Amino acid sequence: MYKYDEYDQRIVDERVAQFADQTRRFLAGELSEDEFRPLRLQNGVYIQRHAPMLRIAVPYGNLNSKQLRMLGHIARRYDHGYAHVTTRHNIQFNWPKLEDVPEILGLLSSVQMHAIQTSGNCIRNVTSDPFAGVAADEIADPRPWCEILRQWSTFHPEFAFLPRKFKIAVNGAKQDRALVQAHDIGLDLVYNEAGELGFRVLVGGGLGRTPIIGAEISAFVPWQQILNYCSAILRVYNLHGRRDNAYKARIKILVKALGVEEFARQVEAEFVHLKDGPSTLTQAEIDRVAGRFDDPVLAPLPQDAGYRAHLAENKAFAAWARRNVRAHRVQGYASVVLSLKPYGVAPGDLTAEQFDAIADLADRHAFGEVRNTHEQNVLLASVREADLFEVWQQARELGLATPNIGLLTDIISCPGGDFCALANAKSIPIANAIQDRFTDLDYLYDLGELELNISGCMNACGHHHVGHIGILGVDKNGQEFYQVTIGGSQGNQAALGKVIGPSFAAAEMPDVITSLINNFIDNRHEDERFIDTVRRIGIDSFKTRVYAERAARLEARETANV
Amino acid sequence: MSDIIKNGLIQSDDWQVLRLAEGEAAADAALPAGRAIVPLAVWQARRDELLPKAEAGVLGVWLAGSEDPFALEADLPLLQLVAVDFPKFADGRGYSIATLLRTRLGYGGELRAIGDVLRDQFFFMLRCGFSVLQPREGKYTTAQLEAALASLKDFTTPYQGAVDRPEPLFRRQPRTPLQKDAA
Repeated sequence: MYKYDEYDQRIVDERVAQFADQTRRFLAGELSEDEFRPLRLQNGVYIQRHAPMLRIAVPYGNLNSKQLRMLGHIARRYDHGYAHVTTRHNIQFNWPKLEDVPEILGLLSSVQMHAIQTSGNCIRNVTSDPFAGVAADEIADPRPWCEILRQWSTFHPEFAFLPRKFKIAVNGAKQDRALVQAHDIGLDLVYNEAGELGFRVLVGGGLGRTPIIGAEISAFVPWQQILNYCSAILRVYNLHGRRDNAYKARIKILVKALGVEEFARQVEAEFVHLKDGPSTLTQAEIDRVAGRFDDPVLAPLPQDAGYRAHLAENKAFAAWARRNVRAHRVQGYASVVLSLKPYGVAPGDLTAEQFDAIADLADRHAFGEVRNTHEQNVLLASVREADLFEVWQQARELGLATPNIGLLTDIISCPGGDFCALANAKSIPIANAIQDRFTDLDYLYDLGELELNISGCMNACGHHHVGHIGILGVDKNGQEFYQVTIGGSQGNQAALGKVIGPSFAAAEMPDVITSLINNFIDNRHEDERFIDTVRRIGIDSFKTRVYAERAARLEARETANV
Repeated sequence: MSDIIKNGLIQSDDWQVLRLAEGEAAADAALPAGRAIVPLAVWQARRDELLPKAEAGVLGVWLAGSEDPFALEADLPLLQLVAVDFPKFADGRGYSIATLLRTRLGYGGELRAIGDVLRDQFFFMLRCGFSVLQPREGKYTTAQLEAALASLKDFTTPYQGAVDRPEPLFRRQPRTPLQKDAA
């Protein structure tokens, strides 16, 4: 975890005071709703269906046990006893009162947390790889760079009111786990031929209403220049991004309108003047920031015989280890994914008691640290092999050991129409209905890795475009319907899914998924994942199967009704 | 007379901002008597006529958010006042325009924020190089404007470099490394 210094703490404290005054002025009628809106949004406060929603920043997903306990406390004291992990690492409370928000932010500040720029037309929370620092395929640890970007973007005066929201992701591994191709700026840490570290820079990616895979505008920006280069991108966007239509205001629309080459040329023309300026990073600053992460120093341990014995003896434990335990770069350690996708629960939800219990688990077995993943699960990054059996037992008692990571039931879902004022349709009941259909774990293992993502509207918080199967809630004459895409994927081969055809009623969705799965089973080659089969044979046979079986179901129902 | 904020204080000010009515031609617009800030289009259309006033310090030029500050490049040494208009407070183009005027175009005269200028953006405006803030006409009572001066100092030690403090925090202040427990 990055530990604040006095300046970090002061800025957050000053923010709490500022927002307390703004809220007071709003409640006193001195600030209009229009004037207050961008201010509250930049402090994470939305007005939701039932109550304000407060989105708390979890910078690049990192949390410590003290923070978890505070989140548990806030859930109990100010909310209905639970919170939601978002697809951008953040934590959302659904029921706080507006007048309580300054007090909540004060409590967060006491544990080095905040809600700064978690919404609004500004640079949002920087996201990254949950396995940063422990992944075996890491080129360079992205966390210090994320933190440097966090500090640079916090209250950046020139970029405080952009045309639209702006998301930056940093990946430092060979396998992208940060969805860099679906961000306004995606940064890949790379070494050039001279062995120097820098960034490959992508721009204009994003999901939402107009999904686009980001385009590379520089193959290599030296690390010293990364803030200067990002400033150049932001300046071109701030001056020329559209402000007449919120739906066309993201940087991707500007990049598309200008063309990637012209956009890159304008960035380069701006960058020439910023290069080597005062914001140029120094080795001393990188070292200082990296040094403020209090990572455990891990010495390799011999492989644990007890762990292997448990694997051999206990089938349920072995199943969990296979799905929820990941290799660690240091021998004798592993990373553990706690599943927030048990059956019948809103994907990504945690109760106050679970926050406390995860904090205890982290303190005992994971050096007091956890990470939120964009798949809406929680990661214990470094656990001794010898502790895994105990961690599993405890996680099971907490309902956090469903052995389904990466499987069909590890569904990414936005809060949807149950909570969100933007949603066209509910997401959570669809996720739960699909989970109910696929309860046989052996069957799920046999299907292999399958990412199913659900969004309740085209804003795509549930990342449906990059799901192997994507489900999008749409409004059809006031009725909730669901459009299905297949073939999307995250990672190095990021791709947007293709729509299979007309949308479906909510009650049809489990059957639709069954048809897709059965077509996969009938066509797959050995060791193929669902996505591999879709890539190989295309979407047509899936489409035909889904609609033929749907027609047969409707016919059978009519016959039964005669 | 309107209230402006300059050097951290509220001051009375008699500059008048000329805004063209819909369809009004720059060439025909009547200039207000006294000190005036005119749109870029008026300046460009009537430069010869207005130049002596600018040099005498009684005429300034304002830029809209959509206007390129480089259009004024050659004239900046002659101008003692340039203003940037915020059509809506949430339209942030003016921050980049101000930054470019100060950093790239080397403009050192008065830089004034006009339009929908509200206290909750004062801090950002100062950081981007505005030297005078002219709050939206009629928005604040004198007492409210007095209270609003606090917003000029919302944050004491910002992280990033900007026009007011070009160096980022890590160059301005020694920041201490983490004291780690001996393993």
